Amino acid sequence: MSSPVDQAKNAEKFLTDTVHEPRLDKLLWAMRMRRDAAARQVPEWEELRTLASEIKEHTLSNLSDYLIQFEARATANGVIVHWARDAHEHNQIVYDLLAEQGIDLLVKSKSMLTEECEMRPFLERRGIRVTETDLGERIQQMDNQPPGHIVGPAIHKTNKDVAVLFSQKYGSDPNNEDTAYLAGVMRENTRPDFLKARAGMTGANFAVAETGAIVVATNEGNADLSANTPPLHICSVGIEKIIPTTESLAVFIRLLARSATGDTITQYTSTFRGPRKGAAMHVILVDNGRSARLGMKRFWHSLKCIRCAACMNTCPVYRRSGGLSYGSTYMGPIGIVMMPTFEIRKYSELPFASTLNGSCSNVCPVKIDIHEQIYGWREVMEENDQIQVVKKEAMRVADKVLSHPALYQIATATLSTALEVVPHFAIYNRLNAWGKRRDVPDAARETFHEWYRNHRLDTNEGGRL
Amino acid sequence: MNSTQALSRNTILDSVRANQPAAQPMLTIPHFHTNKPADLVATFRESIARMAGVVVTEDVPDLDSFLRAKFPDAKVICSAIPEYAGTIKPASFQHWSDASTIDVCMLRSPMGVAETGSILLSDNELQVNTIAFLAHDLVVLLDPKQIVANIHDAYEHPYFKLRHYSVLMTGPSGSGDIGGVVVHPAQAAKTLTVILSRAPDAGQRKG
Repeated sequence: MSSPVDQAKNAEKFLTDTVHEPRLDKLLWAMRMRRDAAARQVPEWEELRTLASEIKEHTLSNLSDYLIQFEARATANGVIVHWARDAHEHNQIVYDLLAEQGIDLLVKSKSMLTEECEMRPFLERRGIRVTETDLGERIQQMDNQPPGHIVGPAIHKTNKDVAVLFSQKYGSDPNNEDTAYLAGVMRENTRPDFLKARAGMTGANFAVAETGAIVVATNEGNADLSANTPPLHICSVGIEKIIPTTESLAVFIRLLARSATGDTITQYTSTFRGPRKGAAMHVILVDNGRSARLGMKRFWHSLKCIRCAACMNTCPVYRRSGGLSYGSTYMGPIGIVMMPTFEIRKYSELPFASTLNGSCSNVCPVKIDIHEQIYGWREVMEENDQIQVVKKEAMRVADKVLSHPALYQIATATLSTALEVVPHFAIYNRLNAWGKRRDVPDAARETFHEWYRNHRLDTNEGGRL
Repeated sequence: MNSTQALSRNTILDSVRANQPAAQPMLTIPHFHTNKPADLVATFRESIARMAGVVVTEDVPDLDSFLRAKFPDAKVICSAIPEYAGTIKPASFQHWSDASTIDVCMLRSPMGVAETGSILLSDNELQVNTIAFLAHDLVVLLDPKQIVANIHDAYEHPYFKLRHYSVLMTGPSGSGDIGGVVVHPAQAAKTLTVILSRAPDAGQRKG
């Protein structure tokens, strides 16, 4: 059994990095601001969010029928549909498809599902070279790191990091940190693999039951190159990616890029409905715990996720911790609610990597109640005795104070005085995670209750707070 | 389907059936035409410019002169349109990877989208899908009358239910993966130029 990922400890290391930590925070906040600006340009934005949420809920609540419909339509289009119960089955299907044709090079575009299945090491151990063709994913592959962000896998790296990495792997100029130059190095070095590979792989943003089509959104064109250039296209699809119709696809396409980066759409939004003449297209429908999550009354809504990463960009914990601190395939707020369904003990600490401020839920394009699910997972961890003693004690005290108004008022009223007189070690210790790397602010001279009593409350009416 | 596959399929479907919540109804999806832009062409131009695409609105009476002036170093010009010969046709590529020799690719799109600045292309126009991705520069003809208001209208196009491959292409390839700054190109076309030009079947052939 794996020991729990200590996100807080990993984050602490990232927080000491005076270059990467503030840079990531700034970059992601800028992305969040661009998302807000894009949303404001669409008068029906909130209506689209509601529609997207309800279409997903409709689909998930009729998922067995839609999966069967997708399979039938895709098969009629000439696609070969496979079913994988878990990561191993998925990886074995991909390997068998490659091995039976003696293929030893696979070009692939970004797919979080293949990360989840740990497909790349599975294939590499069996002699198949895998070239990630998404720039960010390729950078992470070269650096032997998993993605740090589901949209921009290497977003935590500086230009200098990439220049040095590329110089070591590709022999490019280590001192040229120009972004366009670095993207050019990637283009030059990836293209030969596109041209010689006999198999290409993509994930899927959506799978349309009505038409049996899969839809992939990218900016680099690497998914279209991976799928179109070699004669074999393999596509991995989580079963929750099904949507009913092309008409409903429009709702999600309007939300996806705007939520992710603030763009109106990605450069390429591609629909693959069947193989070209003389080529083959395989779709692997993957469960890997999804059908079990569908039965979790409190958590099945997380299956609505369209992987835009808006919740990560807005999360103060994620922005200051970096995606790698979560030690998981999916990170940030949505990762916190998804990962425990894969392995509860390993990810038992993740639900505490949140301030529960609700910003993640507010920006979610499919209205997942992310922060409420995070709180729900905290309760599950306590019920299952997965919480460290320190956290458990803090929660027990908080629960007692918050459930007794009189105790709460005494606690807040005495805080100001207490902070002035108690010694430093009593405030800054391992029980006060907030006080690490931050000064505890001075307490207000009066509590809100005191201020309200002095300024607003009409005592003659006998009102009370 | 072999027995392992049949077992996996049945296991997944049984698990989904057992676990899926009570069925919720499907909604009617509006097209939001109350917010339709007044000038579709102007909105299309603004939208594609944001994604680094270029729109030529002035008349281009001679496509060959236009291409030679814009891409003076181009040697291989692949034309997938009947009104311009180019130096090579898509049908000439035996292997789809051979399209990497193309400098400029000439296409016609059957639809533009004002909201996003996208153009629609499919295996019908491309014949060899890679010509739109392995070519360095793309020049696409688009009839301004075929610009629709938004993505809801776009997905009404029959291609999405008929063609094996179709793409809403919006500008040249780009990436924001390093430093969060979007640069062009990434892996596919370096430039995308859209020439607004009436379709031949609209009674006016160009070039």
